[in-house]
Amino acid sequence: MKIIALISVILAGALLVYATVDFPAWADPASPASTHLSPHFIEKTMEETSVPNIVTAVLADYRSYDTMYETTVIFAAGVACFLLLRIPRRKEPGERLYRHVLTGVTVRVKEGAKLPPSDDFERIDTLWTPPDLIIKTICRLLIPFIQLFALYVIAHGHHSPGGGFQGGVILGASIIMLAISHDLRTAVQRMREKVDVLLSAAGVFIYAGTGALCVLLGLNFLDYSALASVLYVDPVTARSHGILIVEIGVGIAVMATIIWIYNNVSSGGKYDEGL
Amino acid sequence: MIWQLDLAILTLVVIAGIGAITVKDLLAAAILFGAYSFMMCLLWSIMGAVDVSFTEAAVGAGASTVFFVAAVFRTTRRTKD
Repeated sequence: MKIIALISVILAGALLVYATVDFPAWADPASPASTHLSPHFIEKTMEETSVPNIVTAVLADYRSYDTMYETTVIFAAGVACFLLLRIPRRKEPGERLYRHVLTGVTVRVKEGAKLPPSDDFERIDTLWTPPDLIIKTICRLLIPFIQLFALYVIAHGHHSPGGGFQGGVILGASIIMLAISHDLRTAVQRMREKVDVLLSAAGVFIYAGTGALCVLLGLNFLDYSALASVLYVDPVTARSHGILIVEIGVGIAVMATIIWIYNNVSSGGKYDEGL
Repeated sequence: MIWQLDLAILTLVVIAGIGAITVKDLLAAAILFGAYSFMMCLLWSIMGAVDVSFTEAAVGAGASTVFFVAAVFRTTRRTKD
């Protein structure tokens, strides 16, 4: 059976390699992709949308409908992870570990037992290593700069590589970094599950809502030049601003979904102890 | 496009890809996937697709590797059956 699988894989691979011979050469100016649409984008993007980065203009303006559903797919992935993994019962965990902050003594609390109410104890994970001051401090120092860079990536997508997807992932990664360097409960306290769910839905809503607003103002779905009368700018600048608005929506959705998926995967749906 | 650099990175992509499916340890496979994504990111930027390269670096090499490691963290060293 293994040999048959290997032969079929090799055959399929050989077919794919054989098919690449028919591809147009890399950067061939006579290829179909570079003869019809690309010249239009290269020549007209600046005067139609006033966005210097053609990729951003194509992604969020010319092919905006496509990107809207990409965002929806990411939201759907988050919902799927939630439905598959989340364990909604709020049951007290069987055995918990606490550390006395001042002395470093670890206390094991059995099922049903309670700790005397005191601020000197902090909860620690059962599978986790002792706290590392260096890692915690470095992450604390780095996270604001990472978030600032993410906001720059989202806002500067018009002029340089970047945009909602990349910026959103970097923003989400900063919270995941907090979860890895401290523990999952710290990160969940900063970014509650409700906030995750609401933000990931709100991002998609901002995107689709911008499109619907364009319809209400009398033009096609996601034709941002309709926003000119609302934003008090000329239609070309309105398209540039419209791209920024949907990029912000994408960024919010991606950030919240990344954190949401991470929380579900790393804690096995319990939101209690995780990586 | 410098063909020597291209060839070297393509070889590394193939090695990382084959390594990721043959290696026994799940954590090693996750890290190899990260290396694979990073090599793909280099390839995209060699071909001038900087936006795709940026996305690959952030999503492929960053976020999905973290998801893989988080999922591996939930497994045990030996199967229970």
